[in-house]
Amino acid sequence: MPAKCDIAFSLNGVKRELTVPAGMSALEMLRDRLGLTGTKYGCGEGECGACTILVDGSTVNSCLMFAADCDGRELVTIEGVAVSAAGERLRDAFVANGAVQCGFCTPGLMVQASHLIERHPGADEATIRRGIEGNLCRCTGYRKIIDAVAAAAKEKSHE
Amino acid sequence: MSETLIGKRIPKMDAPDKASGKTRYIQDLEVPGALHAKILRSTQVHARIVSIDTRAAKALPGVHAVITAADVPWQRPIGVGKDHLPLKTDRVRSLRDEVAAVAADSEAIAQAALKLIRVEYAPLPVIATTQQALAPDAPLIHPEPHGADSSAHLKVAGSPVAFTGKPDNVAMTFDYAQGDIAQGEAEADVVIEDVFRLHYVTHCCMGVSGVIAEFDPNGNLLLYSNTQVPFLHKREFAELLGIDPARIRIIQPPIGGGFGSKLDIYPFEPIAIFLAKITRRPVKLVFTREEEFLASPTRQPVLLKLRSGCRKDGTLTFRAVETVHDNGAYTSWGATTPFVMMQTISSLYRVPHCKYHTMAVYTNNPYAGSFRGYGNLQATFAVEAHMDKLAEAVGMDGLAFRLKNAQDPGEITPQGMHFKSCGFKQCLTTAAGRSDFLRKQAENRARWSDPAPVKRGIGVASMLHVGGGAKIYPSDGCGTILKLDDFAHVTLMTGASEIGQGSETVLAQLVCEELGLPLSAVTVVNNDTDITPWDVGVHASRTTFIAGNSAIGAARKAKKKILDAAAAKSGKRAEELGLSGGFVTSASGERLFELGKFLRSLHFSDKADLVMTTFYYEPPSRHQDKQFKGDVSAAYAWATQVCEIEVDTQTGIVRLLKVTGAHDVGRVLNRLGIEGQIEGGIVMGQGYAITEELRVENGVVRNPNFRDYKLVTAPEIPEMDVSFIETMDGEGPQGAKGVGEAPAICIAAAVANAIHNATGVRITALPFTPENVYRALHGASEPPVWNAA
Repeated sequence: MPAKCDIAFSLNGVKRELTVPAGMSALEMLRDRLGLTGTKYGCGEGECGACTILVDGSTVNSCLMFAADCDGRELVTIEGVAVSAAGERLRDAFVANGAVQCGFCTPGLMVQASHLIERHPGADEATIRRGIEGNLCRCTGYRKIIDAVAAAAKEKSHE
Repeated sequence: MSETLIGKRIPKMDAPDKASGKTRYIQDLEVPGALHAKILRSTQVHARIVSIDTRAAKALPGVHAVITAADVPWQRPIGVGKDHLPLKTDRVRSLRDEVAAVAADSEAIAQAALKLIRVEYAPLPVIATTQQALAPDAPLIHPEPHGADSSAHLKVAGSPVAFTGKPDNVAMTFDYAQGDIAQGEAEADVVIEDVFRLHYVTHCCMGVSGVIAEFDPNGNLLLYSNTQVPFLHKREFAELLGIDPARIRIIQPPIGGGFGSKLDIYPFEPIAIFLAKITRRPVKLVFTREEEFLASPTRQPVLLKLRSGCRKDGTLTFRAVETVHDNGAYTSWGATTPFVMMQTISSLYRVPHCKYHTMAVYTNNPYAGSFRGYGNLQATFAVEAHMDKLAEAVGMDGLAFRLKNAQDPGEITPQGMHFKSCGFKQCLTTAAGRSDFLRKQAENRARWSDPAPVKRGIGVASMLHVGGGAKIYPSDGCGTILKLDDFAHVTLMTGASEIGQGSETVLAQLVCEELGLPLSAVTVVNNDTDITPWDVGVHASRTTFIAGNSAIGAARKAKKKILDAAAAKSGKRAEELGLSGGFVTSASGERLFELGKFLRSLHFSDKADLVMTTFYYEPPSRHQDKQFKGDVSAAYAWATQVCEIEVDTQTGIVRLLKVTGAHDVGRVLNRLGIEGQIEGGIVMGQGYAITEELRVENGVVRNPNFRDYKLVTAPEIPEMDVSFIETMDGEGPQGAKGVGEAPAICIAAAVANAIHNATGVRITALPFTPENVYRALHGASEPPVWNAA
């Protein structure tokens, strides 16, 4: 039998306790065990950013993190970001600026961008571009995503 | 009058859900009781299958079925060429080939079961290049009818024969001619010839491929599918299964990227259906990213020989083209891309004498599908290189030379394409003017002898593409059902599929424009073949044009019905009335009836029929004949793109700094949406030109991951200046033409011209990776040679 681990963590502000196989990724745990499908599988190798989540306030490719390593940590997924005030502003900026096409990369970018704005309110173009370089998008050509993040970052800096 | 919605920046209707992580893609759907499937793919590039032992896999707890071709003797050939079976019988012809499949309680169990399947292969010689494939003594890739080979242990008596076999490795040929090439060459003062080599790339949809298949107890099939052509595929799935197409329902969950990749039926779809049929359980099959790289379609490598000539005054006299396409092991839509390439060759510029011969050749490589632009990137790359070279040879600037040969509105080309609206010359002058093309080109050239290692270049290229549907099938239609309920809520049921491009928003917008309603009044239903009317699929940049006209037709019917009833009630003439801001209004703008209440009264008091149906079919025109003469689209889209680059001659690194584009789109309907299409297309074109290459060596894909297959990332995108040339096409919905593919087409060609402008070196092979560019600049690369047999 594969080894299992008992873990306790906070997920979008709610305490969770779970028993997970040692080899399970945080992405699989979120999607398959907890039914939070907003976090996407894009490559499974940490190359595309579609599975980006926040762990203790930093962004992580959840496909590269073991579920077991979530023990004692604070996880926020797109589902958590989307219902925060900052997340709603960011979502509105994504919508208004046309940053969404097929939308598959969008949740990962939303999480990454929310983190970026938190760290760099009023971030400039170059900072935004660097800040989202780990998130691949095949539809938009990134221009409107950068515009959306810039609009939300500007709003944040005026708070 | 309420303000028009046309040309405004309308946010995509499904964007809030997508940005909140609420959208459920095929990967996210859970069907209760579903089994998870995995496919065992060949470990050999070309081999006979000697034996397959599935006993150990079948014995694994949690495994419900392990199937090979022997378990589905009734399987039939699939794909455009109908030249392969979903599960291979006697031999494998590429590394991706499907040998067996497992359905299990979980993906992990299915994966574990694959490892227990023992396959014995007898290797065959690998045909890795078209040159090898065309050699006189080349082994044949399709020597005998599949499934009927006498040595095949999987042969089952009476099973359908897949394919009749081929005496050579030529999958498909196209020949086109107009005028007399000898005359054109005799009339030319300058004749040039070059060989171009275009590389492999693949779609890289962010959402990997997947399907869910489920049969009900009556044998009706429900398929959750990412297909771009649900209605045509119903028939194909029915043929495959030997059932009535009416018993197949296809639901398309939101699709994580299309770009042409989902236009054919691929083996994984029938395999999931077989497993669902055999296990009598729903079966879900989703690719890994590695599988997506190995087993989804490609844009194929093309070797292209171009010979062209012009007079001293710059008038083109002839163009002769030969191409060899690496078709891969099987024939999908990739083999038919010459159909589009020949349009660019014959009709982008006026060329009186033209000849085009092409072959798609079987190899043991990944097989080629359709990909945004459909052969046009390859054709444009060559044609636009020669436009620069010919201009230089006759001492003209590239802009004047192009303008001299550019098409005008009203022209009917020798191939038979009729350019009813055509803003080509405005595209050229606008893009050149806004980028200050001629001045920068001259300045960059003057710096060739400068010692500075980093050079600047500017290059131009233009494109022609179908923009009013494409008559690939006997009809290019789309239906709409539009229902009005009380409260003035509209449900628009359209055959048009949404793949992220924004069709649902533009269709709703066109309906609201007619009915004077806000976008929030419309729900769009576009993803269920049991509900939506027929359509030929989302391809060929056709949806806004064809489905848009269909949606407008339904909205106009509704409007007439409402206004006729309002006229009867108000005593005014229907022609004096309008719909605006949610009201029936008089000619003077007076609000006569609130639309919601009025519709309610029509339901309750007038027993009115408020369901509209329409079909739009392209207007009659001269259909292409067997010689490819005729008109393929009701309208054509034009664009010119100017690319500015920086090339570091010490490293070979090419940076795309700025793209100035001018697009004849007929009319801008949704400015936000069309900018998104163009910016996305430019960056996809940038990837094709500079960063992307599917590296296939001896039939093996060497870089099936995003680490080694390099997509463009946010820091690398160019500045983009996009202008719209609004030619108001007479047949287009509100004057619009298609645009989806256009922006990706010219980038590689313009970058090639820019590299020449920067360095004086013309590179005729893609991609412009640092290594390739460095070698070319330092004379260390072999330019492509014509080695077709």
